[in-house]
Amino acid sequence: MSTVINFQTDPSKYRHWRVEYDGQVANLFMDVDENAGLFDGYQLKLNSYDLGVDIELSDIVQRMRFEHPEVKVVVMQSGNDKVFCAGANIRMLGGATHTHKVNFCKFTNETRNTYEAAEADSSQKYICAVRGACAGGGYELALACNYIMLTNDSNSSVALPEVPLLAVLPGTGGLTRVTDKRKVRRDRADIFCSIEEGVKGQRAKDWRLVDEVVANSKFDEAVQERAREFADASSKASGLTGIELTPLNRTFGKDGSVSYTAVEVEIDRASSRATITISGPDGDAPADMEAMQVMGADAYMLRVARELDDAIMHLRLNETELALLVFRTQGDAALVQAHEALLLDNQDHWLANEVLKFWKRVLKRVDMTSRTLIALVEHGSCFSGVFAELLWAADRSYMMEDEFEGDNRPMAAVTLSASNFGPMPMGNDLTRLETRFLGEPDAVAKAKACIGEALEAEAADELGLVTMILDDIDWEDEIRVFFEERASFSPDALTGMEANLRFAGPETMETRIFGRLTAWQNWIFQRPNAVGEKGALQRYGSGVRGEYNMERV
Amino acid sequence: MTDLLNVSYDTQIPNNVGLSSDKKVLKALERWHPGYINWWNDLIPKNFQDSLIYLRTAVSVDPKGWTKFDYVKMPEYRWGVLLAPQVEDRRIPCGENAGELAWQEVPGEYRSLLRRLIVIQGDTEPGSVEQQRFLGLTSPSLYDMRNLFQVNVEEGRHLWAMVYLLFKYFGRDGREEADDLLRRSSGSEEAPRMLGAFNEETPDWLSFFMFTYFTDRDGKMQLEALAQSGFDPLSRTCRFMLTEEAHHMFVGETGVGRTIQATVDAMNKAGITDPYDIDKIRSLGVIDLPTIQKKLNLHYTLSLDLFGNEVSTNAANAFNSGIKGRYMEMRIKDDHKLNNDKYPVRTVKDGAIVSEEVPALTAINMRLRDDYVRDAAGGVGRWNKLIAKSGVDFQLKIPHEGFHRQIGVFSSVAVDPDGNILSSEDWLEKSKDWLPTKADGDFIQSLMKPCFEVGKYASWIAPPKVGIDNKPGDFEYVKLHMA
Ligand SMILES: [Fe+2]
Ligand SMILES: [Fe+2]
Repeated sequence: MSTVINFQTDPSKYRHWRVEYDGQVANLFMDVDENAGLFDGYQLKLNSYDLGVDIELSDIVQRMRFEHPEVKVVVMQSGNDKVFCAGANIRMLGGATHTHKVNFCKFTNETRNTYEAAEADSSQKYICAVRGACAGGGYELALACNYIMLTNDSNSSVALPEVPLLAVLPGTGGLTRVTDKRKVRRDRADIFCSIEEGVKGQRAKDWRLVDEVVANSKFDEAVQERAREFADASSKASGLTGIELTPLNRTFGKDGSVSYTAVEVEIDRASSRATITISGPDGDAPADMEAMQVMGADAYMLRVARELDDAIMHLRLNETELALLVFRTQGDAALVQAHEALLLDNQDHWLANEVLKFWKRVLKRVDMTSRTLIALVEHGSCFSGVFAELLWAADRSYMMEDEFEGDNRPMAAVTLSASNFGPMPMGNDLTRLETRFLGEPDAVAKAKACIGEALEAEAADELGLVTMILDDIDWEDEIRVFFEERASFSPDALTGMEANLRFAGPETMETRIFGRLTAWQNWIFQRPNAVGEKGALQRYGSGVRGEYNMERV
Repeated sequence: MTDLLNVSYDTQIPNNVGLSSDKKVLKALERWHPGYINWWNDLIPKNFQDSLIYLRTAVSVDPKGWTKFDYVKMPEYRWGVLLAPQVEDRRIPCGENAGELAWQEVPGEYRSLLRRLIVIQGDTEPGSVEQQRFLGLTSPSLYDMRNLFQVNVEEGRHLWAMVYLLFKYFGRDGREEADDLLRRSSGSEEAPRMLGAFNEETPDWLSFFMFTYFTDRDGKMQLEALAQSGFDPLSRTCRFMLTEEAHHMFVGETGVGRTIQATVDAMNKAGITDPYDIDKIRSLGVIDLPTIQKKLNLHYTLSLDLFGNEVSTNAANAFNSGIKGRYMEMRIKDDHKLNNDKYPVRTVKDGAIVSEEVPALTAINMRLRDDYVRDAAGGVGRWNKLIAKSGVDFQLKIPHEGFHRQIGVFSSVAVDPDGNILSSEDWLEKSKDWLPTKADGDFIQSLMKPCFEVGKYASWIAPPKVGIDNKPGDFEYVKLHMA
């Protein structure tokens, strides 16, 4: 699988989904083109999906937010009259490398989380209308919706058949959402997850697997009626006009570097390192939100978020051998603060809200990136407000102290804003600073008292905002040694260690989904019982059953 | 001791499975029984329910003399649970467990697979009765009416047979599935039957004959494959069902044959030699041969769809686990495991139909369909002999397997009856020559006038060569209750 995966798409390129916009309600149809898989060697039968299908869904969910703020309810449904969705394509999984499988699951999880949160974040409620078989990843698509309706045609069912059929686990939060979100009794969940054919009709409702079961002849009508009801009951303003998410301005260099307008990715393969540099704004902040809306996708804060998001996804899927991701910023910190302030001061404006919520998601994507993350706070940098979150998303941060010879850039400083104290929570529902200071909650209050101050090295160090401050003499060597050491460790051990250390504090459904995925699914995905030559995943479709090593680990 | 050969009438449900001493299953069946009777009574028009029909009822599962003919009112028909006699030391015939003793109880790991197969088979049985529910009203003779109702009550019994397995071996899930078999209904928007062909209409008697010839033959092939099951009760059930199924196909083959006979006789009598002189032929009150060909095309292709995808994981699983075998599994000379074998499957590659070798295990459906195609060709040949004998220059043809398909590799391309791939526009344009049009249907419908006089036959169909139970053609096969 050496194709470069492109995460940028737009409605004119969709092969697998279509959306019909009808005022406050959008009807979203999954109708997978079986011959348009991302890779060779499989057909996307029965509305099964691969990463390509999910990239389109992710694009739709994103555009729904920015281009269609008038939409209050999205109805996810199948465009195939026989099946809702058969889940992730098994032959694709059987043929994929472990790395691809994990990254695929991670990305699909992020997409599920995004539309699941759309109701709370953007008052866009997702209804799932299930007709036909809805199995595995298909039911997980439904589970992430805010409301599930199932037709009672004595045939359509919901199912998680992974264990009995494939010897793996549902990969996009199925088990966790069944117990944590839908609060299905655990013994029933146990039955549900061990039967291939799933549960249909009234029992699906009785067991809380769906919210509503409707007679088949009234189903379509009931779905549209429910959509209208939810839309009418929504507190969201009506008749909002969106902005267009124009194509990213992106060029790839021969050496693998990527240039956007405000984000640069440099690749140093010999050192197994990518450096991501964010440039500060090239102009004043828009005067008000109306002005920002006119700028649309060109507005700085939105543009940087889109570029950074794309860069992270690109590095995850297409540059799997880079061990280190280094975050840098360069630019006018005061301008960054001004651009950010416009959003923070207008959180009741739909676009300000969407851009902030998008930043929340981008930062979560950084948190979930299984590479060593390092932030370098150099002279001339602009780690202010939301950019400062990168310091605490990183595993370590290094900051320049005092003047460096021959360097006349402004002194390195970190500036905090309201962004650092609430609107950008991690998956554990704590802010990055709260997570960082789990053992010393006073430190959060102390930092909060310094909002707006340009905190130079000593002050930042004092407040515990960076890992280490280094002067001209030590800077280069310390960092070089750290990079070299880090790049020499086992990537597996590092992934495990970092994931353990990053998500301190309470468990949430989100941390459980990713944590269980990493701990269990990734383990099972490696085991011969699933992926060995005689494992269930390899043998799926051949008619020959998997052979299991019966030892319980 | 239970008498396993003769049917016991010591309970409400005739059986040779010792129901009277199996209180649990008996209770479950008795609880299901009223729902079944309601289904039947709601289905078949009342005056037929009250009529006396000359039906055969199984009294023994001994291949010699298992039936007894008598006048019966359909609701009083003795629907029962009948299994072919147990074969001593029977072995699992195929798959990874081949050679082991056949299962007398459901193996846990195959429970849901087995249940699914039984439910799908069970769903077809009442489905066809539903499709044929109004045909009695336009019956071309009492003889044909009897045949229709014989087929119907036996399909009802086949439902019983599947329901018995569900009750006996599948616990609560089985009981729920049995209820759903009565809940789903052919063509229903609410809860349609599971397979497409069983939601199509059977609007006229020619459709009925085509259906019993082509679609019941799919049933035969499925039963043949299930009769090979390593799950012995399923195997025994299906073996007995096959004896009944043979009659259904007889009704189909002779029904189409008699329709053809009436047509060519009328043509000869009127001195028409051109089979395409359609208006003239139709004015004789018979169905022209090109229209019969169109009906054949329709029912044949709908039936091919019932075999599912050519390459199928489910079919592979069913074979490999020993749940479902191939047609005549025991007569096939191979290792019955197929782990390293290939089987040719037709598929569409770059706009052309090509044959491709695939692992034989995954091509079980394809193989059964190939066997079906061969099996179905026999009757068509005999129909052509009738035409040839009459001197009319016409031959019925079985269309290409890719023609008019909704399921499998050919569903994505438009193929003509000769096997050429066309554009969908071209195909649509020409399809009126290949498939019955609304006008064809209207014409056939205009012939569907009841003929209830003893020994008389509608104009479009010839009398049978021999009657049922060696009775003459003018025997009163149905004593109509005309209240
Ligand atoms: Fe049958
Ligand atoms: Fe039949």
